[in-house]
Amino acid sequence: MTATQNPVADNGVNVQALLEARTALIGAPEAAQFTWRATSSWQNGVHSQIKVQNFFGLGEEQNHKAEHVFDADHPAVFAAEDNGITPIEFLLVGLASCLSAGVASVAQNRGIQLRSVESSVEGHHDIRGILGADSDVRNGFNDITVSFKIDADASPEEIEALVAQSQKRSAVFDALTNPTDVTVEVV
Amino acid sequence: MSEHVTAVVIGAGHAGLAASHFLSLHSIDHVVLERGEVANSWRHERWDSLRLLTPNWLTGLPGHPYDGADPDGYLTSDGVADHIASFAVRSGAPVRTGCEVASVRRTPEGYAVGTSAGRYLCRAVVIASGACNLPAVPAAAAALPGSVEQLTPFDYRTPDQLPEGAVLVVGASATGVQLAAELTRSGRPVTVAVGEHVRLPRVYRGRDVLWWMLSSGVWDERYDEIDDLSRARSLPSPQLVGTPERASLDLNTLTAEGVELVGRLAAVRDGRVLFSGGLRNLFTLADLKQQRLLDTFDTWAATALGEVEPGERPEPTRRPSQTRLHLDLESGEFRTVLWATGYRPDYSWLQVPVLDAKGHLRHDGGVILDSPGLYALGLPVLRRRKSTFIHGIEDDAREVIDSLVEFLAGR
Repeated sequence: MTATQNPVADNGVNVQALLEARTALIGAPEAAQFTWRATSSWQNGVHSQIKVQNFFGLGEEQNHKAEHVFDADHPAVFAAEDNGITPIEFLLVGLASCLSAGVASVAQNRGIQLRSVESSVEGHHDIRGILGADSDVRNGFNDITVSFKIDADASPEEIEALVAQSQKRSAVFDALTNPTDVTVEVV
Repeated sequence: MSEHVTAVVIGAGHAGLAASHFLSLHSIDHVVLERGEVANSWRHERWDSLRLLTPNWLTGLPGHPYDGADPDGYLTSDGVADHIASFAVRSGAPVRTGCEVASVRRTPEGYAVGTSAGRYLCRAVVIASGACNLPAVPAAAAALPGSVEQLTPFDYRTPDQLPEGAVLVVGASATGVQLAAELTRSGRPVTVAVGEHVRLPRVYRGRDVLWWMLSSGVWDERYDEIDDLSRARSLPSPQLVGTPERASLDLNTLTAEGVELVGRLAAVRDGRVLFSGGLRNLFTLADLKQQRLLDTFDTWAATALGEVEPGERPEPTRRPSQTRLHLDLESGEFRTVLWATGYRPDYSWLQVPVLDAKGHLRHDGGVILDSPGLYALGLPVLRRRKSTFIHGIEDDAREVIDSLVEFLAGR
């Protein structure tokens, strides 16, 4: 990119719309209440199919433009058919995509042009927990590491600040690092 | 019986007395109502070891500079109270002590101020009752087991009053880091739950960090020039302490003294306190922010002072290899939880609808537009960044009282 052609950063994020929404929602907290939904249907073995289409927000029912279908299963080392990624891998999908979206949005807001944003996520998991082999081992991740490789018109400190701010405003980072009240019921 | 005055000032701390000083210069008859004695909070609501975060040379009040022998020192809370009390005498402020405000209501002519010592009718009111009247304790406190003693900074005086055993300090702003240091030096095991925080070195390039704030112009940034004003107004107080050694007090200091750091307190469940796993990012945010601020000082020093050598930077916050994500409060190891989670103002007596959803005054640089004749002083970033500090009151009070005078003149 040459600075003379396009001095304004364009990462494809409509920050103006987000900032306007923020201003509007300060006075209308009820419109900010969203409900995200997924439905799951057991297929066979440890294979389930999950569909996501509608959600609630801005005071009314909303829809993705299409239904999104995901398969969750376990790989052959778990003696399963591997029809899809494992459920705990979906958490990594969520974390990586949420942080990347954050990096793009914060960069846009700060006028930083991004050229590439690559991240790799590792969740370290002791499966003795889920197998019931050791009651002192937790079921979930012991820890998660995310490494970002970012090419942008910015100093290393500015890039570090982008990544820090994206964590600060990340829904999935918060959902993974802080406890959430979860109710599971049979209807 | 009601007493008529033109203006009523609520609170005889540094802000209320500065308001009185300028009201007197404009010959506006007024009273300063004070629930206790002058500088009551400094006299009665602070822990024993507390010292001001600002060096003495920065504690001047209008027409009343610090003139003691230790300009680079930091006043104790009694020292601050004495300084404010001598300002009250010097400026001849009409203070009514032992006069607690119970209500402020609108009247057709202005305001009625009901107090424990009679009623005042006036045209204008200056609210200078402070930003830190009550401890802000999270709702999770109610879920702690009864076997654990809970304290706020309003209850705390010295380490001796705590039972033996480990202490969980919740909060790592000025109050939290100061009390954590004091408690660990008393021999107690201390764990600090760290939320978002502001890190500052006490001394940078040989000068107090607040000298840099003032001289470089950071403190003069006006409220209407700040991007996110509500955030600036709710920023936690910087990790600073005023000691004769002018030592920094950051999380590295605490770690070196054996304090355990954990993430933000997220919830209490079944007698267990759960902490966030996001601590490292809070270190990064605070370190980056500190670096940017020191960059600003370096840039200013190069142009204004011709000092081009960069200063020595504080080392990054050391990351513990692992942090505890929960703590069992029923095991008996932890006997005390100290809530250093901030303060909030008390406007329970204010019967004029000028508070926002979070209980803060809606004001424009201390002018409460929704209720003509009502003003505020002594709040964080009221008109400038320095408004949060004693030094900031002179410019704020002059300008707010100028507005009040124009209002009275019908302009």
